[in-house]
Amino acid sequence: MAENLLTVENITLRFGGVKALTDVSFDILKGEIRAIIGPNGAGKSSMLNCINGFYHPQEGRITYKGQTRKQMRPYEAASQGIARTFQNIALFRGMSVLDNVMTGRVLKMKSSLLEQAFYFGRARSEEISHRSKVEEVIDFLEINAIRKTPVGRLPYGLQKRVELARALAAEPELLLLDEPMAGMNVEEKEDMSRFILNVNAEFGTTIALIEHDMGVVMDLSDRVVVLNYGEKLADGTPDVVRSNQAVIDAYLGASH
Amino acid sequence: MEFLSDFFVAPIMEMVDAPEFLAEVIIAGLMSGVMYSLVGLGFVLIFKASGIFNFAQGVMVLFAALNFVGLMDSGVHPIIAFIATVVIMTVLAMAIERVVLRRLVNQNQLILFMSTIGIAFFLEGFGELIWGGNVRPLDIGIPDDVVFIANGTILIQEADLFAGATAALLVTILALGFRYTAVGRALRAVADDHQAALSIGIPLNNIWVIVWAVAGFVALVAGIMWGTKLGVQFSISIVALKALPVLILGGFTSIPGAIIGGLIIGAGEKVAEVYWGSLFGGAIEEWFAYIVALLFLLFRPQGLFGEKIIDRV
Ligand SMILES: Nc1ncnc2c1ncn2[C@@H]1O[C@H](COP(=O)(O)OP(=O)(O)OP(=O)(O)O)[C@@H](O)[C@H]1O
Ligand SMILES: [Mg+2]
Repeated sequence: MAENLLTVENITLRFGGVKALTDVSFDILKGEIRAIIGPNGAGKSSMLNCINGFYHPQEGRITYKGQTRKQMRPYEAASQGIARTFQNIALFRGMSVLDNVMTGRVLKMKSSLLEQAFYFGRARSEEISHRSKVEEVIDFLEINAIRKTPVGRLPYGLQKRVELARALAAEPELLLLDEPMAGMNVEEKEDMSRFILNVNAEFGTTIALIEHDMGVVMDLSDRVVVLNYGEKLADGTPDVVRSNQAVIDAYLGASH
Repeated sequence: MEFLSDFFVAPIMEMVDAPEFLAEVIIAGLMSGVMYSLVGLGFVLIFKASGIFNFAQGVMVLFAALNFVGLMDSGVHPIIAFIATVVIMTVLAMAIERVVLRRLVNQNQLILFMSTIGIAFFLEGFGELIWGGNVRPLDIGIPDDVVFIANGTILIQEADLFAGATAALLVTILALGFRYTAVGRALRAVADDHQAALSIGIPLNNIWVIVWAVAGFVALVAGIMWGTKLGVQFSISIVALKALPVLILGGFTSIPGAIIGGLIIGAGEKVAEVYWGSLFGGAIEEWFAYIVALLFLLFRPQGLFGEKIIDRV
C-alpha cells in the first residue's frame, strides 16, 4: 500500500453565491498519476487552486506530507514541493525558454533573493550550479533547439511544454497539471503523454492531472476522481469510473 | 492667416537660421528630461513589479534629497551621506512593505494607489519635521563650468553633461541587472505574470522590498541632480508630477519608454517655450507635457512602447 501524499477533506469553496466546490474529499498517493475529470465548470481548476494555495476554501482541510492545514499559501505550497502548470498558459512571455525554466529554480537557490540583490558574487556561482539541472530538464523535454527563443513566439504546443519544464525545474514532489494537452493535435498529445509518463516513472513525481480527453485519461492515470457541479461524483480506477452510471449520465447530459 | 504663419512658419525659420541655438535649447531641455526620466523610471519599476501606481515617487525624490543634503549640512562627507541615504531608502522600502503593502495584499488597485498617497503625505511631513522646510542649496562639487562643442558654436553646462552621464550609467546598470541576475529574472517574472511567479514560489514580499529600494535609489540620484540645479526644496515633489505625462507617453510598463518619454517631454517643452511661447503669452513649459499626454491618450493610449492593451475575452 503506497503512502498518502495529499488528502483533501470536505473542501467547500464559494465565490459569493457560486459554489465552486461542495464537500469534496479525495486523496493522492505517493507516486501515482491521479486524474481529475468532469464537465466544464465542474470545479477542477478550483480544486488545483485550493491545493496550491491560490484559492482558500471556506471549509475543509488539506493534509500534505502529514501536515494538516485549513489552507495553503502559494509560497508555502511551492516551497513544500508543489509545482503546477496552468489551463491558460502562464509563462513569462518576455523571457527566453531558458530563462523561464531557470525561474523554476528560484526556491532551490540557497541565498534568498534579498541576499542576492545585495551580494553579487555568490549569486553568480549559484547560478552556474543550477544550470546543470535546468539543462537536464531541457534535454528531457526535448526543447534544446528553442532554448534561446522568447516564449511568446513559440507555437502553443511548445509553450505548454516549456511550462512543464519550468515546473519540473523545481524538482517537485507533487506536480499539478491543468489540462496540459488542451488545444494540441494528436501528435503533440502523444508527446505530452509520453513526457508525463516518463516524469512519473523516472523521477517518481506524483502527478495530479486535469484532462478532458478520455482516451488520454484512461491511458495515463492510475486513479480518477470525477467532479460535477462542484461535487464529487465518482472516484476509482479508470475502468470503475468509466462504467459508473452517474458519470455516464453527467457526461451525456453535458454538451461537449 | 497671420497667426498661422506665426505658428507654422516663423518658428521653423528661426530654427533653421540659428541651428546652434536650437541645439542649445534642446540640450537644456534634455537636461530636465533626464530628471523626468528618472522619476518615471521609479514609477515603472514599482508599477511593473506590483501593479501599484506609486503616487509617492515624486515625494521620494524630495525625501531622499532632503536626507542627503541634511546629512551633508551636518558635516557628513558626501560619500558617507550618499551611502547613509541609500540605507535610509532601503529601510523605508522595508517599512512600507511591512506596514502598508503586506496588509493590503489582494486589495484592489485603487486602494493601493490611495495608500501611496498616504505614504506621500507622510514622507513630506516627516521630511519637513526632521530637516525643516527651507530651501537648501546642494553642492557636491560638480564642476559648473561651460564647455563648447562643434567648433565653439554650441555651449553646454558641464553639470548637464555630468547629470546625463550619471543617468545613463544608472540606467545601464539597472538594465544589466534585470537581464543577467537571478533577482532581475525574478523581477521580470513577477512583472510578466503574477500568478505564475507565485506558483513557482517567488516571494512577493521580497520583490516588493527590492523594487521599492531600487526606486528609492533612483529617487536619490534624481534628487541629487535636481538639488544641485535648483536647491533642495519642496516644489521638487510637484515638478516630479511631470512624470505622469512622461509615463503616458512612454507607456507605464516600459523602462526604455520612461527614459525616452522623459527626454522627449523635456526637450519638447523647452523648444515649445522658446519658439512658440510668446504666441501663447509664455509659460508653455508648465502645460505642454500635459497636452502631449492628452493627445497620446486620445490616439495611442498604450504609449510609445507600452504593451498593446487588448482585453481578454
Ligand atoms: N476566481 C473566480 N471567481 C469567481 N468564480 C470562479 C472563480 N474561479 C472559478 N469560479 C467559478 O467556479 C466554478 C468552477 O470553475 P473551475 O474553473 O474550477 O471549473 P473547471 O472544472 O476547471 O472548468 P473547465 O473545464 O472549464 O476548466 C465555475 O462556476 C466558475 O465560474
Ligand atoms: Mg479548468
